[in-house]
Amino acid sequence: MARTIVITSGKGGVGKTTTSAALAMGLAQRGHRTVVIDFDVGLRNLDLIMGCERRVVYDFINVINGESNINQALIRDKRCDALYVLPASQTRDKDALTKEGVGKVLEDLGKSFDYIVCDSPAGIEHGAHMAMYYADDAVVVTNPEVSSVRDSDRMLGILSSKSRRAEQNQPPIREYLLLTRYCPERVAKGEMLSVGDVREILSLDLLGVIPESKAVLTASNSGVPVIMDQESDAGQAYSDAVARYLGEDLPHRFLEIKKKGFFSRMLGG
Amino acid sequence: MVFPGCPRVALALFPESKELLDPMAFKSTTAAASPNPAFELKAATFTLPVIRLLGVEMDVVADQLAVKVDQAPDFFRNTPVVIDLSGLPRGSGQLEFPQLVGLMRGFGMIPVGIRGGTEEQHEAAQAMELAILGDAFVRRVPPARETASPAPARSTPPRPAPEEEAQTASQRLVTRPVRSGQRVYAAGGDLSVIAPVSNGAELMADGNIHVYGPLRGRAMAGMKGDTSARIFCQDLQAELISVAGHYRISENIPEDVKGVAVQIFLDQDVLRVEKI
Repeated sequence: MARTIVITSGKGGVGKTTTSAALAMGLAQRGHRTVVIDFDVGLRNLDLIMGCERRVVYDFINVINGESNINQALIRDKRCDALYVLPASQTRDKDALTKEGVGKVLEDLGKSFDYIVCDSPAGIEHGAHMAMYYADDAVVVTNPEVSSVRDSDRMLGILSSKSRRAEQNQPPIREYLLLTRYCPERVAKGEMLSVGDVREILSLDLLGVIPESKAVLTASNSGVPVIMDQESDAGQAYSDAVARYLGEDLPHRFLEIKKKGFFSRMLGG
Repeated sequence: MVFPGCPRVALALFPESKELLDPMAFKSTTAAASPNPAFELKAATFTLPVIRLLGVEMDVVADQLAVKVDQAPDFFRNTPVVIDLSGLPRGSGQLEFPQLVGLMRGFGMIPVGIRGGTEEQHEAAQAMELAILGDAFVRRVPPARETASPAPARSTPPRPAPEEEAQTASQRLVTRPVRSGQRVYAAGGDLSVIAPVSNGAELMADGNIHVYGPLRGRAMAGMKGDTSARIFCQDLQAELISVAGHYRISENIPEDVKGVAVQIFLDQDVLRVEKI
C-alpha cells in the first residue's frame, strides 16, 4: 500500500511546489515508484516545475470525472522512470475535487505506487483540505518568518483534526517540518527566525533546512526539480531531507554562515 | 405539518462560550439590614450548551441527538440545556414541546429554557415550566434559505462548529500540541496539557488549567464562574489569561512573570500572576 505524503503550508509562496517536485524526484531516484499530484486546480504549476507542461493531455479532474482513465492522465518523467506526474486542471473550478473522487484516484494509484506526493494549494480552503484529507504523512513547508510559522501552526491543527486518520481515530498523520529559504546571514542579523525558534514554536521533527539559493529559481524556470542540481546547496539539502524521510539519520547542513574565502569573494561565488 | 425526509431537519449543538445566562445584574443590598442573613442575592453567569433546533420533526431530532449523546454521554448527564428556536424555518409547523422536553430528559439533559421563539412557542414553553431567555444574541436565519427551491440533497448533515472540538470528559488530558485555531474545552473539570499551546489556540476549562509546556495561546479557567479555579503553567507567554471572566491580555502581564513558571488565580476579584 502506498504512503500518501501531503506537502502543505497554509501560506502561499513558501516553496510547496518546489518541495513536492524535489521530494518526489528524490524518492523516485532512490527507486521508489512515486507519483506527484498537483491539487492546485486553476493555478497549476507543478507541471512547469517538473518540465512536463507541454505533455499534459488529461488532468486530475478529468480522471475524477471519469473522462479519462488514470493511465492516460499520468505523465512519466523523462529523466526518471519511477516518477509520474498527475497534473491539475487549469480551467476547472476547484470544487470539482470531491472527497469521494480524490479517494478513488488515490486508491487506484496506491495499487501501483510506493509513494503518492500531494502538492497542496495555499490556504486552508477546499483544495488544501482535499490534498491533506487522505494523507499518511505531512511535510509542512515553512519560511523562517512569523506569519508563515503561524499559518503552518494552523495547518498542523487542521491536519490533526480534519484528516481521514483523525476522523476515523487511526494513528495521527506523521508531521515533519521543512524549513525553506533559510538564510543564516539574516538570522545572525536578527532579521529572520532561527531554526531553533521555529522548531520551538511548532515543536515538530525537522526534516530539513533548505537554504535560500539562486539554484531554486534557476531550476524552476528550466523545469528541473532542484534536487537534480547536486552542485547546489539547495539540491543537496533536499537530498538530505529525502534521506531523513526514509529513515536515515543525517546532521543538518547549511545552518551556519558560509565563510567566504578571498577568491570566492572575488569570483562572486 | 410535517416534512418527510427533509434533509434540512438537523440539529446544531455546541457549547457557546459567550452565551451567558445572566439574570439582570442583581446586587445584594438586603443582607446588611439583618444581623443573621439567611441568604445572599447574587448574580452569576453560566455557560450552557444550546441546542439550536433546525427542524421540528422530533423523530429526526431524536435520532441525531442519540448519535451526539453516544459520542459524549458524560457531557450531557444532568447538564442544563437551553433550546434555541431561532433557527427554525418560518412556518415549519408546531413544535411538540412536551415531546422535546421528554426526549432531552431521556438523554439526561435538563432543559432549562428557550430563546428565540415566537409568542406561541413562548406560551407553550411556559406551560412546560421552561424559562424564556433573552434574545440579545439571537440571529434570525434569513428567510431566503427557506423559500429557495429544494436544494440538492446534502449527503452529509451540517457539521456543528467545525473547528471546535467539544471536549466532554470532566478531566481532560491533551498530549499533542494545541495549534493555532484549535479550541479545547474541559467541561465540568480540569484541563491538563502536556504539550505546547500555540498562539491563536484556546484552552477552556470549568476547573483548573495546567500546561506543562509553553502557553502562548489563550487560557480561560473557571468558565462557569468558579472563582477558585487557577491556571498553572510552566512557561507563560499567553495572549490572554482569564479566571472566571476576570482576564488580562498579554500587554497587561508584567514582564518579570513572562517565560517562567507561574500560577494565575483570583485574589478578591483581582487576577494575580505569581511565580511558582
